[in-house]
Amino acid sequence: MTNPSVDTHLLPADRSAEPLLAVDNLHVEFKTRQGLVRAVNGVSYSLSAGETLAVLGESGSGKSVTAQAIMGILDMPPARIPKGEVRFHGTDMLRLSEEARTQIRGQRIAMIFQDALSALNPVFTVGWQIAEMFRVHKGMSKKQGYAKAVELMERVRIPAAKQRVHDYPHQFSGGMRQRIMIAMSIALDPEVLIADEPTTALDVTVQAQIMELLAELQRESNMGLILITHDLGVVADVADKIAVMYGGRIVEHALVHDVYASPAHPYSKGLLESIPRVDLKGQDLYAIKGLPPNLLDMPTGCAFHPRCPYRRDNCVTDVPPLYEISGTRSSACHYFREVLDGTSG
Amino acid sequence: MSDTITQQPPKHARRVKAEKPASLWSDAWYDLRRNKVFLIGSVLALILILMAAFPSIFSHINAYDPATCDLKTARRGITGEHWFGTDNLGCDTYSRVIYGARVSILVGIITTVITTVVGGGMGLVAGFFGRWSDVLLSRVAEIFFAIPPILGALLILSVIGRDNAGIGTVVMALGVLYWPLLLRIMRAAVISAKNQDFVVAARALGASSGRIMIRHILPNAVAPVIVTATLNLGAFIAAEAGLSFLGVGVQSPTISWGLMISDARPWFLAQPEPLLFPALFLSITVLAFVMLGDAVRDALDPKLR
Repeated sequence: MTNPSVDTHLLPADRSAEPLLAVDNLHVEFKTRQGLVRAVNGVSYSLSAGETLAVLGESGSGKSVTAQAIMGILDMPPARIPKGEVRFHGTDMLRLSEEARTQIRGQRIAMIFQDALSALNPVFTVGWQIAEMFRVHKGMSKKQGYAKAVELMERVRIPAAKQRVHDYPHQFSGGMRQRIMIAMSIALDPEVLIADEPTTALDVTVQAQIMELLAELQRESNMGLILITHDLGVVADVADKIAVMYGGRIVEHALVHDVYASPAHPYSKGLLESIPRVDLKGQDLYAIKGLPPNLLDMPTGCAFHPRCPYRRDNCVTDVPPLYEISGTRSSACHYFREVLDGTSG
Repeated sequence: MSDTITQQPPKHARRVKAEKPASLWSDAWYDLRRNKVFLIGSVLALILILMAAFPSIFSHINAYDPATCDLKTARRGITGEHWFGTDNLGCDTYSRVIYGARVSILVGIITTVITTVVGGGMGLVAGFFGRWSDVLLSRVAEIFFAIPPILGALLILSVIGRDNAGIGTVVMALGVLYWPLLLRIMRAAVISAKNQDFVVAARALGASSGRIMIRHILPNAVAPVIVTATLNLGAFIAAEAGLSFLGVGVQSPTISWGLMISDARPWFLAQPEPLLFPALFLSITVLAFVMLGDAVRDALDPKLR
């Protein structure tokens, strides 16, 4: 790495080969009273401009922690990043000073959260909060900030934005609040937007609207989007790539249609099979047996082996590497070929 | 479901009485304006503050002028000229009670401001930065917290205030003993606000630490501090009177209700007015601020709603 302490400009031209954002062998652990929790164990993924990466996994799989590590909003301690890099335009952000990171946050990488009500400050109007982004980062006046806020609220399709700009967060419905949150996050035209389960707290029709909005905004501004979710239904239409996480590792990394056509890891396969389907109405819904792994006491070998229908003896002892299946596809399963055949055959 | 909420006419929603008002503060203000306890308390408090600022409005006799005390009319009961009677030295009790409001109100307000700013500020720092700053500030606060207030104030005033007892020393003694209370309350409120999602979100959108502390945490943590401060105001006024009564607070010729009560004590059975009226005003003052504090607490605590 070249002198990271002064490299706050992050000129993209210097490193044209580098993707916009690259997470490389990231490890995150938490010190707790019960012991060391290894929440993220060597996660790598990358994102280019205009691309959507869906990070999929159940609660505790480390998907949100990875995102927080990228943003630099983990509380350290108890969190610690013993290994790994998060490169933004080729610069490892983990080595930047806090001031330099504050410059990146919000302006170049922004994030939206699951519960927009609790993510908005209850004592200020939404207009004030959106305008604050412009006042703080762009030095605009109060009036200019409000004008920009109305503009943004219109851009995220909030009806009667001019009147509603002076309302408080609790006066909006869930979907509208998430739109406000999105408006704040795209206020400064970030290059990367991380959406941490943006639709989980919303009902299904609103979910679809929000996803549509995100996809549209992304097309307009060509930003990279990391979509963290546990809902496969949300992913299919908008994502280009999928990274499936389990027990703090990526178990499958592939283009989205490849995963839907034929998953290469038993866990992704299980996830796909547990989506309710109209043609199987009335039958029992498939569920992956067993429970997510206890991060304090991870299973030996492959973390998924206690729940895996493809399990062999060596799964209990050997940690599977991320096998490369093709240029765009990899799977952390010793028996990925069987898994692939099982779906197609 | 969410659509019905979205469709509600948002225009001027805060001004329409039937609709739910916005934000904690306007909500609280809406509640307060309709609260009789608050109205009575604030009217009383306003009169008392006016009395402290401009006693001449209420009394034509300047109680500080020794020439107005006439030994010939000492220890008279209630008359048309002396509404509250006269004291042992022939001074008009009514004008002395009016002029005595100033010390009480000053001590109450200054001590409240100092303890709130100092204790609240330290609580904000301790709660926000945590770690060693929290350990240091909290331990120091606990040391002061362990001192019994009246005993502590007596000690401080009898050591420091022996030669220059007055409003300043009383304020200092009370301030030294009460700032830890505000620290504790602010610290707890800050810690609970700090862990809320909107603070994380603000960070994720590029807000600096200072901005998060002032803009996002402070407004969400200040309510319990305001409540305690208002309730404390009454307590400080009572404490000042207590200390002056014991002879370690403000000294003559400063007029203080505590001093007046103390001075009138030996003649109480023969002539109760010079003791009863300052005591009555003291009680009303403390009551007024306790009423205000109670009303503010009810208005700002959503759980009591």
